[in-house]
Amino acid sequence: MADEHARKWDRCLADTAVKTVTGLGVGIVFSLIVFKRRAWPLSFGSGLGLGMGYSNCQHDFRSPYLIHGRMVKDQ
Amino acid sequence: MLRACLRGANATARVSLLPAPLSIHSCLLVLFHFSSASKVVVAGLLTVSGGIGGTVLYAKWDHKFRAAVEKNVPYSDWLLGLALGPAAQDPGLPIKKRVRCSAHPSHMALRVVTHMEAPERLLPSVFVSHLEASAEATHIISAIGEVPSVPAPCDTEAAAVKGIITETGPCCEATVLTTARSAVLLYYSKCLCLLCDCFAAVSASLEDSLASSAKAALQAIGAQEAALQAIMQHTDKLKEAMEAEVLPEEKSNQWKDLEAALADRTTALNDARAALSKANESLDSLRSVIDESKGLKISSVRPLVLAAEENLHNMVVDLDKMVMKVQSAESEAKIVSQYSELVNEAKRQFQREVSSLTPEIQANWKGLTGKLSTDDLNALIAHAHRRIDQLNRELAEQKVREKIHIDAALEQQKLEDQKALDNAVNTALQHVKEDARLDQERKLAELREVMEAEMRTQLRRQAAAHTDHVQDVLKVQEHELKAEAEQVLSSKMLEQETRYRQLTQEQLDNFTLDMNTAYARLKGVEEAIDSHVVAEDEARKAHQLWLSVEALSYSLKTAEADVPTVPLENAAQAVRDSCRDNDFALALASALPEKSLQRGVYSEASLRARFNSLRSLARRVALIDESRNSLYQYFLSYLQAALLFEKSQEAPPSQLSSEDLDPFKLLSYASYCLEHGDLELAAKLVNQLRGEARRVVEDWLIEARLTLETRQVVNLLSAYANAVGLGTTQAP
Repeated sequence: MADEHARKWDRCLADTAVKTVTGLGVGIVFSLIVFKRRAWPLSFGSGLGLGMGYSNCQHDFRSPYLIHGRMVKDQ
Repeated sequence: MLRACLRGANATARVSLLPAPLSIHSCLLVLFHFSSASKVVVAGLLTVSGGIGGTVLYAKWDHKFRAAVEKNVPYSDWLLGLALGPAAQDPGLPIKKRVRCSAHPSHMALRVVTHMEAPERLLPSVFVSHLEASAEATHIISAIGEVPSVPAPCDTEAAAVKGIITETGPCCEATVLTTARSAVLLYYSKCLCLLCDCFAAVSASLEDSLASSAKAALQAIGAQEAALQAIMQHTDKLKEAMEAEVLPEEKSNQWKDLEAALADRTTALNDARAALSKANESLDSLRSVIDESKGLKISSVRPLVLAAEENLHNMVVDLDKMVMKVQSAESEAKIVSQYSELVNEAKRQFQREVSSLTPEIQANWKGLTGKLSTDDLNALIAHAHRRIDQLNRELAEQKVREKIHIDAALEQQKLEDQKALDNAVNTALQHVKEDARLDQERKLAELREVMEAEMRTQLRRQAAAHTDHVQDVLKVQEHELKAEAEQVLSSKMLEQETRYRQLTQEQLDNFTLDMNTAYARLKGVEEAIDSHVVAEDEARKAHQLWLSVEALSYSLKTAEADVPTVPLENAAQAVRDSCRDNDFALALASALPEKSLQRGVYSEASLRARFNSLRSLARRVALIDESRNSLYQYFLSYLQAALLFEKSQEAPPSQLSSEDLDPFKLLSYASYCLEHGDLELAAKLVNQLRGEARRVVEDWLIEARLTLETRQVVNLLSAYANAVGLGTTQAP
């Protein structure tokens, strides 16, 4: 399980990085395309990517503690 | 020193040898002084005297040697008698003693002999038994035999013998009894022999004396008869001579005959007297013999004695009769002779007168016829007349004195008659007494015989009754004894049988027991063997189990770092195979976790190593749990891990308190435990982690649990296998 933690981190970081870069990329794209080479889509995209990655990462790390319940209808 | 002693000994020996006053010293001195020849002589004398002295001494010591010497060497007995005195003879036993001694050597028989009645009484009784009823006695004795009977109180020989036998019977043992009886019988026989001899002697003597006395008596009687005859003859002749008127020649013949008869009478009388004396002598001797034999008191002699006495009496009676006859004849003859003497006296007187008157005339005046002259005749006639006158006067006187004379004569005759009567009465009395005595004795003898016969018949009857009784008793006893013996026999047989049965039973039992024991032992051995087999089997199985377990535990060790062990499936299978019928082991073997079987388990070292790496991770996520699991928390937890320092290893307390549940502490405790090889405690401690740290170490925990479980099972199995293996070596 320790490896999973490490794997999780790897994933998380990789995902975050990918997302950030992807966000950056998207941001760049948007910045370049849409937002007239503003910086804010870069940071927004990277932030978005980072946040998404962070969130994913957090979610990934939280995932064991998440309880999924189900409503059981009374029949 | 030795030589001196020898010399001294020699000297003393030689000194002691010669008892003579010559000492060896003086002899030697003498010897030295003499020449050689005299030396030889002296030496020879010395030798001879020494030899004689030695012989005498030895003869004194040894009687046989003395006897031999006396026998062989002449005059030696004189010499030895002189030197030693008469030889001591061996005392020879007198015959009586020999008889007594040879009767019986045993004390019992002698005691029996002394217990017997006086031998004098015994002898006649035994004698009688021997002589008169020996057959009965032996019959009685044989009938009595060994049976002890009540000793009869009578004193007859049978009773005495019986009493003796009964005395010997109960007292002695059988052998002694027979020997006693034989000894007694021997003694009796000896006594009987003696008695026989005695009796023979007595009877012989009696017979001899009887014969002699009879002869003498007969002779005496004959002589007396002859004398009587002679007397009678003489008296007759005298009477004839006196009264007969015969011729002178015949008268002279008569006188001659008379003289002859007188001579005969005198000779006959003398003979008779001699014969009488002889007869008396012989009768006296007979009487003495009779008295002797009576004195012997041998009853069987009694009839002989009796007969002899009777004979004696008869002879005496005859003799007395004869003597009386002779005496009467003699008295008659005396009377006649007196008469004849008177007549002769008268004749002589007359003759004398005649011769005085007529001296020329011879005697025998009857023959005178023509020889006388007238003067003579006248003188004779005158004388005759005178004589006639005288005679007439005497006759008248006699007639006058007749009565007185007759009285006197009667008196005399009475006296004589009285005397004769007395004598006769005495003799008759004696005879009668003798007769009576003889009668009495005869009657006594008869009575005795009768009594004896009766006694014998009674005894026979008694003996018969006794034999009957004895037979009955014997029968009864036989029955009893038979019954007893049968009983004893049966009891003994029973006993023997029971013993036999017991023994056989015992034997059987023993055998059965042995068999049982053997069987049991066999069974035991078999069982033992089986159990051994079983045990060996089990041992083998246990060994196999152990081997498999060992293999299992060895396969546990095959875990290298970070590589789990080989899958334990094979080993577990082997274990399962090796403990097919062992539920416990089977259960244990099946208790192995699947994962260990399939995948194998990690070793402790790898776990330890992993833990070390895990520890940092757990430290890093120590703050994350269900409630705090954002990334920020992650960051904070990382920060904490970076800033918090704890001991890398800390000994865990025996009881965990709430502050010990801090993950860092727990981790340090667990490290400590791991370092000290206590995986279980480490796992326990690690189990206390919560949250993310727990999640992080969950794998490790699982692995640790797996390892622990497997190890536990394997340990259990190994322990079990060891126990089983040990158990198989133990006796059940």
